[in-house]
Amino acid sequence: MFEKIWARHVVAEGPGGHVLLYIDRHLLHEGTTAAFGRLARSGRRVRRPDLSFATADHYLLTSPGSPTSDAETRGMVEALGRHTAEQRILYFGVGDERRGIVHVIGPEQGLTVPGITLVCGDSHTATHGAFGALAFGIGSSEVEHVLATQSLWQKKPATMRISVDGRLGPGVNAKDVILAIIARIGAGGGVRHAIEYAGSTIRAMSMDERMTVCNMSIEAGARAGMVAPDETTYAYLDGRPFAPSGVMWEKALAYWKRLPSDADAVFDREVTLRASDIAPTVTWGTSPQDALPITAAVPDPARESDAGRRASLERALRYMGLAPNVPLTSVKIDRVFIGSCTNSRLEDLRAAARIARGRRAVVPAWVVPGSGLVKRAAEREGLDRVFTEAGFEWREAGCSMCVGMNGETAKEGERVASTSNRNFEGRQGKGARTHLLSPAMAAAAAVTGALTDVRTL
Amino acid sequence: MQAFRSLTAVAAPIDLPNVDTDRIIPARFLRNAQDTPGYDRFFFHDVRFDAAGSERAEFVLNQAPYRAAQILVTAENFGCGSSREAAVWAHMAHGIRCVIGPSFGDIFFNNAAKNGLLAVVLPAATSAAIRAQLHARPGASLSVDLESQQVTDADGRAHRFEIDGFKKQALLTGQDEIGLTFGYEELIADFERRQREEMPWLALGRPQS
Repeated sequence: MFEKIWARHVVAEGPGGHVLLYIDRHLLHEGTTAAFGRLARSGRRVRRPDLSFATADHYLLTSPGSPTSDAETRGMVEALGRHTAEQRILYFGVGDERRGIVHVIGPEQGLTVPGITLVCGDSHTATHGAFGALAFGIGSSEVEHVLATQSLWQKKPATMRISVDGRLGPGVNAKDVILAIIARIGAGGGVRHAIEYAGSTIRAMSMDERMTVCNMSIEAGARAGMVAPDETTYAYLDGRPFAPSGVMWEKALAYWKRLPSDADAVFDREVTLRASDIAPTVTWGTSPQDALPITAAVPDPARESDAGRRASLERALRYMGLAPNVPLTSVKIDRVFIGSCTNSRLEDLRAAARIARGRRAVVPAWVVPGSGLVKRAAEREGLDRVFTEAGFEWREAGCSMCVGMNGETAKEGERVASTSNRNFEGRQGKGARTHLLSPAMAAAAAVTGALTDVRTL
Repeated sequence: MQAFRSLTAVAAPIDLPNVDTDRIIPARFLRNAQDTPGYDRFFFHDVRFDAAGSERAEFVLNQAPYRAAQILVTAENFGCGSSREAAVWAHMAHGIRCVIGPSFGDIFFNNAAKNGLLAVVLPAATSAAIRAQLHARPGASLSVDLESQQVTDADGRAHRFEIDGFKKQALLTGQDEIGLTFGYEELIADFERRQREEMPWLALGRPQS
């Protein structure tokens, strides 16, 4: 599948094995406005404003009510509004219900479809690969290049197929699957690879779940992660605002059905996992690869024979304030964050609400929907009331505490159970300690005040 | 973009694997433009400085022999995580022009080449051996020559590295990549014509809100 999409988008062969790759969709957010400035200063224009889409998610506050922010942030968001208006780029801005996390709204609007190349100045762009698209994150220089030329010089990555087969046990979901995958191949395991997720477990997943899996490909080092399109994909897309319709839908569908990898496709690397081996999973350290079943204990550096790995383990435990060999379920939590481009879609909120219903949060717990439309859909189902009655805070859409750029961060030393994607040192605030887990597990931590095996509730 | 041809300079070892771009420049500094005065302070800020803003003595770049470092020798997967190009800008602001290691985060690796920061891939054992030299002889220099694709370690031993011709050319000349791509304008336009015929569903009507 990767090869088919890649080959179909080569504009020209360049030196050193690089090709000029055409880009079908370019997503922008307020953190990428610097590229507009450089473009303007060099007297260049946006080549295809009709293939570019913008929203504001990274810097806006998500406090309930209207997203008010400091003057500097307002300036950034206004600059994006100005640039997009000047260049005639569609902008889902403040006050537009379609505004939200860029990786939530692309699929939601039907901008993401199978077989396309899609880029965004954000490393979690692989999310869109859930639709059988080649989607990857780029830097600011590359954003400027795409704005000016609608193309990118790229070197073809190697391919890796990760197959997960069998039925997931109760309380185990897509987040646990991707954390288990990262723990297995390592944070650098996918470097210079494009991953295809396959197998019956992935096939059985909804689009929301597949997006959770693809989203964290970069946490295994891979810029792109994808799932072949199937009936689940088509059913999700049918009727979305920007998805093709009528005759175009039929034409597109015929093409999409030819995308999946051929039976004899060869991958540079194959990895297989059994669904039955995956438990509800949680991270204990400062890399997403530091993930273990919730039934496990904090690792012991003394048992590590490699000196380098022992030193890095000791450093992680020191930062996390954890003692070796302590059961993970005894780790007390100070706050809970449910949201981010990994886990802020309707199904994520439903999973968290199922646990929150009729219980009471004993620590501050935020629920941040992925978009204005996710928020409205959740409210229509009454999920907001489930959360607020359980003492959770129901907030506006945005990236919020996942990246902390907007100032929504945890305090030094605070321990956060978070459905986001990174547990790096300082990610959720200077000195903040992050445990990554699924929405259901996060809700369980909120109502018990400790890391909890959701299966025991 | 600044060109890179060759460099002989003090090198500092960074031993931790998986150093992420959040650590290289924390998110709260990303709202600052690249030309902000004092941008160098953001580089590894939270491991370099304590809460009072004083230098942490244990951080390698705060130690006298390594202060002048223009080269970092790293461990696996350096620059993983977020796509922030600011991680590269912070290196440049601190005067780092070359990073050497067994592997790099893919986005960081690409961003580096577009800003004149040379990322050199050497085998894990070689990278570890050079880091050991730098620990044993603090303040030792390395030489990096892009034309001949060679790193000369602190013992004077030469190690050849691979780099693709595209990145090499860009770094040697400091070329404007967008300007280069404009030379392909006709091919891009041809592609777009073909795309319109073969995948007409990709052309978007404008907002039907």
